[in-house]
Amino acid sequence: MALFQHGALQPNNWRFVGDDAAIPADGPVTVSLKRWQSEGETLRGRNEAVGVRLKNDESPLSLGQVDLHRLAVIEVEFPKFTDGRAFSQARVLRDKLGYTGELRAIGTILRDQYFYMTRCGIDSVELPEGKPIDGYLAALKEFSAWYQPASDGRVTVLELRHAANANKKGGAALLSETVAAHSI
Amino acid sequence: MGAQSQAIAAQMVTANRLLDGATVYLTAGNGWSERFVDGALWNDKDSADSALKASDAAVAARIVVGPYLIEVATTGEGPLPTSAKERIRADHKPTFAPEVGSWTGRISD
Amino acid sequence: MYRYDEFDATIVQERVQQFRGQVARRLAGELTEEQFRPLRLKNGLYLQLHAYMLRVAVPYGVLSSKQMRKLAFIARRYDRGFGHFTTRQNIQYNWPQLSEAADILEHLAEVEMHAIQTSGNCIRNVTADQFAGVAADEIEDPRIWGEIIRQWSTFHPEFSYLPRKFKIAVTGAPDDRAAVRVHDIGIRIVKNDAGEIGFEVLVGGGLGRTPIIGVVCRKFLPKQHLLSYLEAILRVYNLLGRRDNIYKARIKILVQATGGEKFAAMVEEEWEKIKDGPLYLPQAEIERIHSYFAPPAYETLPDNEPAFETAKLEHPDFARWARANTVRHRVPGYIIATVSLKPESGAPGDASADQMDLMADLADAFSLNEVRVTHHQNIVFPNLRKRDLYALWQRLKPVKLATPNLGFISDIIACPGLDYCSLANARSIPVAQRLSRHFSDPRKLEEVGELRLNISGCINACGHHHVGHIGILGVDKQGQEFYQVTLGGSSKDDASLGKIVGAAFSEDDIVPAIDTIVETYLANRTGRDERFLDTYRRIGIDPFKEALYGPVPARRPAAE
Repeated sequence: MALFQHGALQPNNWRFVGDDAAIPADGPVTVSLKRWQSEGETLRGRNEAVGVRLKNDESPLSLGQVDLHRLAVIEVEFPKFTDGRAFSQARVLRDKLGYTGELRAIGTILRDQYFYMTRCGIDSVELPEGKPIDGYLAALKEFSAWYQPASDGRVTVLELRHAANANKKGGAALLSETVAAHSI
Repeated sequence: MGAQSQAIAAQMVTANRLLDGATVYLTAGNGWSERFVDGALWNDKDSADSALKASDAAVAARIVVGPYLIEVATTGEGPLPTSAKERIRADHKPTFAPEVGSWTGRISD
Repeated sequence: MYRYDEFDATIVQERVQQFRGQVARRLAGELTEEQFRPLRLKNGLYLQLHAYMLRVAVPYGVLSSKQMRKLAFIARRYDRGFGHFTTRQNIQYNWPQLSEAADILEHLAEVEMHAIQTSGNCIRNVTADQFAGVAADEIEDPRIWGEIIRQWSTFHPEFSYLPRKFKIAVTGAPDDRAAVRVHDIGIRIVKNDAGEIGFEVLVGGGLGRTPIIGVVCRKFLPKQHLLSYLEAILRVYNLLGRRDNIYKARIKILVQATGGEKFAAMVEEEWEKIKDGPLYLPQAEIERIHSYFAPPAYETLPDNEPAFETAKLEHPDFARWARANTVRHRVPGYIIATVSLKPESGAPGDASADQMDLMADLADAFSLNEVRVTHHQNIVFPNLRKRDLYALWQRLKPVKLATPNLGFISDIIACPGLDYCSLANARSIPVAQRLSRHFSDPRKLEEVGELRLNISGCINACGHHHVGHIGILGVDKQGQEFYQVTLGGSSKDDASLGKIVGAAFSEDDIVPAIDTIVETYLANRTGRDERFLDTYRRIGIDPFKEALYGPVPARRPAAE
C-alpha cells in the first residue's frame, strides 16, 4: 500500500503488526490500541516511529495526553466507505485532544469523501500502489466555500460574510467577535 | 401459496435500465426488453441461476442495475408474475389513472 | 424568505458540477452501482419501481412563486406533468432519467433550489410549521432556525456518513404543527420563566418499524448554543449508533438502549467541550438570518372585512371552504388559506404542472409571492387579505384546488405505496381514492369534523400512519394486499402512537371498516365539539373493536 500525502503518492514503510505477531527490530510500526496500552514502553524503546491503529468502536479518549505526543501516526478506519465513525474520531483527536501528528485514513474509501476527511483533520490516506490520484486532487477543488467550522481551520462562509460586513459597516466588533468565537 | 393451481412456476430475470430506470426483462437472445412477454422463462433453478449470473455482464457494461429473479406462473392468460409488485412493474405505471381527480387542462387567462 | 448570497449560490452550483462528474464516472464504469448509490442518494435520486425518483428539497416548506414555476417547468420538461408533495415538505418527481438528473439540478440552482441531502444517511431537509411567521399563536418564527440549521448541516464533513438518515423539525408555537415529537431531533421554541426565548430539545422520536415518541434531552437551550448542541448530539450518534443492522440504526434505538437520561448526560459532556467554540452563534449572525424573515409591509386593515362577510353570505360553497380551510392570521384583515391537494379521487399530495403554475400566479396576485408546503401534503397561501379570499377561491375552484376538506377524513395523508415504491407491501393511493369518494359529501365531512387519516404502504411508515387518528398500514398476507388499522395516534403536542384495532382488512373490506369506525364515533361522541381523537381517548378501543369484529370477551383487570 502507498500513502497519499502532501498531494502525492508516497512510498509507505509503515507496517501494521497484529496483536500476536512479533514486533520487528526495525521500521515504523502501528499496533492496536490494546497492544499500545500493554506494551507501550517496549515499543518506545525501539527508537523507531510508532503509531496506533484505532478501531471504529474504540474511543480516541483512551489515548491519554501523554500518549499522543509520542505517536507519529494514528490510523482511523473505514471498514466500508459508508461507515463514517472515523470522521468523528478524527475530529475528537484534533479538537478535543489536540493531536498534531499524522492522522491517516485506512480501509475502503471513495475519493468523493476525501475533502470531508481533510476537513475533519485527516492528512493522509492509505491507497493501493499505483492508484491514480488525480481524482483525489480534483476532490479538493470541487468546493470553494463551506458553511460550518471543522478541524481544518479553513475560513468558513460565516467568517467571510461577517468580514465583508465589518468592512462595509466599519464593525470591528463584529469581526473580532467572529475571530474570538473561532478560537479553539 | 396453497391453492391448487394450473400454474407452473418458472423464473425470469428482471432489472432496471441504468440510464432511465425503466423496468426491463432478460430475453432469450440475451437482450433486455421492456415487455414482460419478451422475457425468457427458466423452468429449473440451475438455468435460472445461470441466467442471473450471466446478467452480471450487462451490469458491468452499464446497461442495467440490480438484476434479480422473479417467479412467473403460466396461467390461462399466459405467463404472469406471481407477485403484485412484479405485476405492477410489468405495467410500467401505477394501477390508477393519475388524471382522475387531478386537473390537467390548460389554464386560459 | 431567505435569499442566497454569492456563497450559497456557489455551494449549490459546485454541488451540481460535482454530481455531473459522479454521473459521468458512473456511466464510464469508474464507479460501480454500490459506490454510486450513496452518492446519488445524497443528491435526492432514488431508484424505484418503474423509474428513478428525484426528491427536491423545500427548506422548511417555503416556496416563492418563481420557485413554484420552476417546479412546474421541471414536471413538464423532465417528468410526466406532475409532482408529489411529501410528508416532509419536499416535492418528488417520479419519472426523471439519470442521464438528465444533473440538468434538472442545474435548473433548480437557477432559482435557489436543490436536492441536497434529501436522501441518504445524512442530515435531511429541516421541516417546520407551515404557518411560520404568520400564525397567531407563534412565539418566534421557526424558519430562522430552519435556515441556520440548513446551512450548518449542508455538506457537514463529519456527519455525511451517519448510521442512518437524520431528520430535524422545528416548531415555533405551542400548538406543534411540525410533529417535533416524532423526529430524530425535535426543537420547540419556548420561553423560560425569565421571559427569554430558547429551545426545548427533544431527541429520539421517530416512526417506521419501531415508532417512538422523543424524549426531552434539554429543557432549555439558549439560542446562541443551538448549533454546538446539535453537533454534540450528532457526534454521540455518529460514534455510537449501530452500524450492524439498518433496522436498528436510527438514533431512537440508541436513546432507548442507553436510556434517555444517560444519553442526555453524554450529549452534555460532549457539548461542554465545544459550546464556546466556533459554533457559538454570534448575535450578528442570528440577526442577519432573522432579517430575511422580517414581516412584509402589511397594510393596516380592519379585521372585519365586509366584502369577505358578504361573499360568505352569498356563496355557501365559498363559506364552507373558508370555514374549513382558513385559519387566523396574526395581522388584522389578513387570513391564511390552505389549498387541499386531496380532491375527490385524487392521489393525495399530487399537483399537475398547470396547477402549480396557477398557484404561482395566485401567490403573486394575492399572497406576496410566497406559498408553503405542509407535511400533510397541502399548499398554504400565508399572506392573504380577507377581501381577496373570494377572488382566490373563484380561481381555485375550476382547477380542483378548492376542496373544503382541510383536517377532515378525506384530507388523507398517504405515501406513494406499491404503485411507485419498491419497498411497499401494498398500494395506498387506490385506498385513498376510494375513501375520498366514500367521504365526498362536504356536509358529512363537517359533521364528522377533525379526523386525521394516514395511510402507509409498508412498515417504513412514510405516510406517518402511527400518528394518524386513524392509521392504515398496508401489509402483504400471502401475496394479497391487506390493511391493518390503528386508532388514536397524534403528532401534535399531545403526541401518541396509534393502537392496532384488530385483524387486517382486505382491499374490499377496508372502506366499510373505516365507515364503521366513523359511525361508531358519531354514535358515541358527547356532541359535535368532541373530536374523534377525544372520543377515542375517552371510550377506549373496545367499542370500535366490537363494531368491527363483534363482542369483545371480558378481560381480567391485570391485562392492558
